[in-house]
Amino acid sequence: MKNAVIGNNKQKANLIVLGAVPRLLYLLQQSSSSLELRTECAVVLGSLAMGTENNIKSLVDCHIIPALLQGLLCSDLIFIEACLRCLRTVFISPVTPVQLLYTDPTVIPHLMSLLSRSRHTKEYITQIFAHCCKTPEHQTVLFNHSAIQNIAPLLISPSDKVRMQALKCFSVLAYENTQVSMTLVNVLVDGEQLSQVFVRMMQRDKPIEMQLTAAKCLTYMCRAGAIRTDDNCIILKTLPCLVRMCSKERLLEERVEGAETLAYLMEPDVELQRIASFTDHLVSMLADYFKYPSSVSAITDIKRLDHDLKHAHELRQAAFKLYASLGSNDEDIRKKITETENMMDRIVSGLSESSIKVRLAAVRCLHSLSRSVQQLRTSFHDHAVWKPLMKLLQNAPDEVLVMASSTLCNLLLEFSPSKEPILDSGVIELLCSLTQSDSPALRVNGIWALMNMAFQADQKVKVEIVRALGTEQLFRLLSDPDTNVLMKTLGLLRNLLSTRPHIDQIMSSHGKQIMQAVTLILEGEHSIEVKEQTLCILANIADGNTAKELIMTNDDMLQKIKYYMGHSNVKLQLAATFCISNLIWNEEDGSQERQDKLKDMGFVDILHKLTQASDPNLCDRAKTAMQQYLA
Amino acid sequence: MEPRQESVIPASGRDYRSSSQDSMSSVTQRWTVWNCAALLCQTSARILVWLLGLLYFSSLPLGIYLLIMQNTTMGVLMVSLVPVSLLIVMVWQAVGIDGRNQIAMSGPSSGCGFLMSVVVHGDLALSEQEKELNQRLRSLYPAVNEQETPLPRSWSPKDKFSYIGLSQNNLRVHYKGHGKTPKDAASVRATHPIPAACGVYYFEVKIISKGRDGYMGIGLSAQGVNMNRLPGWDKHSYGYHGDDGHSFCSSGTGQPYGPTFTTGDVIGCCVNLINNTCFYTKNGHSLGIAFTDLPSNLYPTVGLQTPGEVVDANFGQHPFVFDIEDYMREWRTKIQAQIDRFPIGEREGEWQAMIQKMVASYLVHHSYCATAEAFAKSTDQAVHEELASIKNRQKIQKLVLSGRMGEAIETTQQLYPSLLERNSDLLFMLKVRQFIEMVNGTDSEVRCLGGRSPKSQDSYPGSPRLFNSPVHKASSSQTYQTSTYYIHKIFFLPAWVKKHLTKMILQKSGLLHQKKNFYTEVEMEVDHFSNGVSESSSNGFLNGSSTHGIDLEELDSAQSKRQLCGGSQAAIERMIQFGRELQSMSEHLRRERGKNSANKKMLKDAFSLLAYSDPWNSPVGYQLDSIQREPVCSTLNSAILETHNLPKQPPLALAVGQAAQCLSLMARTGSGSCAFASVDDYLH
Repeated sequence: MKNAVIGNNKQKANLIVLGAVPRLLYLLQQSSSSLELRTECAVVLGSLAMGTENNIKSLVDCHIIPALLQGLLCSDLIFIEACLRCLRTVFISPVTPVQLLYTDPTVIPHLMSLLSRSRHTKEYITQIFAHCCKTPEHQTVLFNHSAIQNIAPLLISPSDKVRMQALKCFSVLAYENTQVSMTLVNVLVDGEQLSQVFVRMMQRDKPIEMQLTAAKCLTYMCRAGAIRTDDNCIILKTLPCLVRMCSKERLLEERVEGAETLAYLMEPDVELQRIASFTDHLVSMLADYFKYPSSVSAITDIKRLDHDLKHAHELRQAAFKLYASLGSNDEDIRKKITETENMMDRIVSGLSESSIKVRLAAVRCLHSLSRSVQQLRTSFHDHAVWKPLMKLLQNAPDEVLVMASSTLCNLLLEFSPSKEPILDSGVIELLCSLTQSDSPALRVNGIWALMNMAFQADQKVKVEIVRALGTEQLFRLLSDPDTNVLMKTLGLLRNLLSTRPHIDQIMSSHGKQIMQAVTLILEGEHSIEVKEQTLCILANIADGNTAKELIMTNDDMLQKIKYYMGHSNVKLQLAATFCISNLIWNEEDGSQERQDKLKDMGFVDILHKLTQASDPNLCDRAKTAMQQYLA
Repeated sequence: MEPRQESVIPASGRDYRSSSQDSMSSVTQRWTVWNCAALLCQTSARILVWLLGLLYFSSLPLGIYLLIMQNTTMGVLMVSLVPVSLLIVMVWQAVGIDGRNQIAMSGPSSGCGFLMSVVVHGDLALSEQEKELNQRLRSLYPAVNEQETPLPRSWSPKDKFSYIGLSQNNLRVHYKGHGKTPKDAASVRATHPIPAACGVYYFEVKIISKGRDGYMGIGLSAQGVNMNRLPGWDKHSYGYHGDDGHSFCSSGTGQPYGPTFTTGDVIGCCVNLINNTCFYTKNGHSLGIAFTDLPSNLYPTVGLQTPGEVVDANFGQHPFVFDIEDYMREWRTKIQAQIDRFPIGEREGEWQAMIQKMVASYLVHHSYCATAEAFAKSTDQAVHEELASIKNRQKIQKLVLSGRMGEAIETTQQLYPSLLERNSDLLFMLKVRQFIEMVNGTDSEVRCLGGRSPKSQDSYPGSPRLFNSPVHKASSSQTYQTSTYYIHKIFFLPAWVKKHLTKMILQKSGLLHQKKNFYTEVEMEVDHFSNGVSESSSNGFLNGSSTHGIDLEELDSAQSKRQLCGGSQAAIERMIQFGRELQSMSEHLRRERGKNSANKKMLKDAFSLLAYSDPWNSPVGYQLDSIQREPVCSTLNSAILETHNLPKQPPLALAVGQAAQCLSLMARTGSGSCAFASVDDYLH
């Protein structure tokens, strides 16, 4: 059987159909059968597993994994190796549920104890770990069984394969795991720090896979905070190594992985972004990522074309991600990116690509670039990026929506020339529907965009916003558990209630509800910022001609203002004083009556006190208010 | 396999290795000639300084004593000597513009104590830096033959525009023009062009000050390009400019290339001579390819344009900020992969047959007769030489390699009577070697005199007369200039000779290592045998006849406690006498066949051995290394083969030599790949 199946997928499938697997497993588990027989069984099963994914599925269905794990308890090394080889082959297949490794809690410690038995056990077990560590829970399980201490010595093993698998293990263990990363930096291998071992593995004469994986390890350790971003092993070794991985000479897979890792590495650090932006022409090197499948490959050979097509999406999304990361903080880099050949066109077409990954990455890139005032004014407008963006917002998965809406926020900023056309395309309805989303991020973005839109907007737009949003939804947002949403909603209200005619108009139709809401917030348990924002809204209301009355007739509200004028926080005092100052402003109808009423309520004394305040702004504001009385 | 295959590496192969150390060896050579005088001068100077210092500092107590003794004038003079001289020194230093440099230049002319110490210290630091530089350059560019193509080590004080000033050993460049217009730009080139054999060349420039506008250009230019310009503006000139970060490729308008650079930045320039490209680095980060299709023989160049601009070059004096070794590693791997993947033709059998032929001829050449026979049998080849003849040669070679030169000469004369008569230069060479072996205590004549058990140090009677007289006699008849030098040395240093004669027994640990070099090809092919021949031959001389039965190990153990001529007095006398014979033979040869500088040098070096108390550890001690027997052995072997009308060198050695020659030719014609394809890497 062994000789029949080697290298022959058809034979393997035939044997499986004929039901060889249960029989083999039976023989394997039979402790009475000889070791040679059991070993041969494991070898044949291993061979079968080397076939197609369907083979693996049927093997797993026959409960091969528990049987093989059971086999590991045997003391014979050759048999163990055969079992491990088979297990390895099964586990590295994407169709095998990795959870099977963790169901029996004794398996991992047993594997750890087998680790040092031979070169093969080292290789197979580390390979199994590297493939079966997919979630933080898995990381913790392996970590708790001292995987690090057991695997670290393998990094200097004489066998290339063992070193490679051990390295991969560390990369999956350290991924977004602070605990593991922090432990890793302190591990010594043969008297040398682990980071130095990784640096040595990144030398240019090492296999590319090894360089790349070592760079990944260091990247994860760096992102987890175990290594500083200004450490030489990051700045001078990891970063250049990852940039090299993006070069044309590397395989497409390596380029994708290199770019993604690099994007992840420098995401939070502007200095790394600056260095990367001028290392080895990275920005223009990335432009090559969009040239697949190339026109040449289409003609010369089909195989290549197929290969290119398969990776084209991956390449594009990786490039977008890296661009997004590069341009997230520095204006000069953003300029450099937008000046790259056809960059904006590529983003625009990326936004409407079929692959969600590419779309998401393209939006991320666009979002990163939209932080630049200059780009918003120029290239964004020239390329009408709002069109595909709007289309993208119509129906997309949440993660894309978050990015897209957040980009839209930037596009709706007052100075953006795209604001007008976007308004015309019915964005308000869309944003209002976003505010009803379950995801807090989407709600924030929706209301944020509305806020930006309402800033210094026409009456028409404001009315439209209020109409589309509806007061009910507005109040729901005001009681939103997310402070960010609340802040932005208040910001929206404040922007809506600016310039006198607008204030009066809106207050005449929704005055009652708004006053209610303001009262609610001022009474509620909120942060200083929220209350400040609310007082600012009150001040805006107080600036209206007719809207003033809503406050003046509400004694409760006046008491609240009084209270905040005496509050310990200067910002709140300032906002409250501002409100009063608006109420008693001369040159307006009925200012005298209001002044009298407020005087009776004791506001003058407070203002008088505030003129002595230590904060110069508050002092000034109080003095101006006092002057209204004197005049 | 036999441990003497090293010997067959042809002259070129050997040359290559020795040449890389040539600068060193020439220095040591000079040393042997001048060392006595220099040492004497140094010692006397040191004593003088000490004496002066003693007098100087004792003047104060002496002055006080004199004052007490009422000798006022002398007392005051003495007491005031120290403060007055200190005052003078301080005034002098204040007047000097930049103290240390000036002092360093005025050098030995200053007689003052501290100043001397400053100078000495400065020299030490300088030579330390020099040493580091040499070491780094050698490890970075091992393939460069500096005799032929020296590496740049500093800026050239001759090849620069007048607005450029140099300082700090010609490493610091500053601008000294007005810097008003681009017409005031000025450049300086390095002393030498970049040799192609570097493969990858790298230098760094640190911006000390960006001056007024920071118009600095760093790059490369060919010989003769106008120096009144910044690098990059003209044909065959390339530069990266700090003010705008643009790269200038033989053109007045730049291309956007990298970031700008300014005070404190370190800019590196790397020339890849394999694909003729160049990239820059900023603070250790590669900026990507700047230029392609570069011509050969470019000089490192910097240009400055506004006042106050100062830059420092690092041609290897200090560690580089950028990890250039890592970049080189990548290219070494690339080139070696290229060699490994080189197609060997379609008909593989042909390739194999050729290799087998080469191996067989190699084995025959070096008279490994049993191996050769077995090899020929298993690969169906014919041996072109009679077995007896091979064995004879083997016998002679064995004698030479074990240092028994006397017997070797005798045997040669027996077996090939006319050979040495006709070839007197060869005979002379053999005799000189015999002399060296006598000093070593390994030659047969000396061995039987001296015996194997060396006498202890104390029991050896020091008798200067015995040793000195023959040499003195020889000196009277000496006419060679070099030989007189050698004699002079002995006259100059009677103390040394004395020491040399009274302390004959030397305590110097460390065995002479028997070098075992194999060709991979040979090893690989031999692996096919399983009849034990290869196993037995692995010990070297067991193969073939064992009539002489020389026990090398025993020999080595005798050498481990090394004494002149094996420590026997009779042997020394014999050696001296032999030296005299050799001298007369040399004179005879000269009279007959005219001057021969090679012979002259050989004799001089051999005689120089006697000038040292520990010849094994002296600058000429390399001659005593058993590895030096190998060239002698191969020359003799080749001479014998030539009389039989057989090739002087085996094809395998020829091929190796040819490969080495090809590499040096590549270096000369400017293809940089030769840097990473050393033949030695393939000879394990």
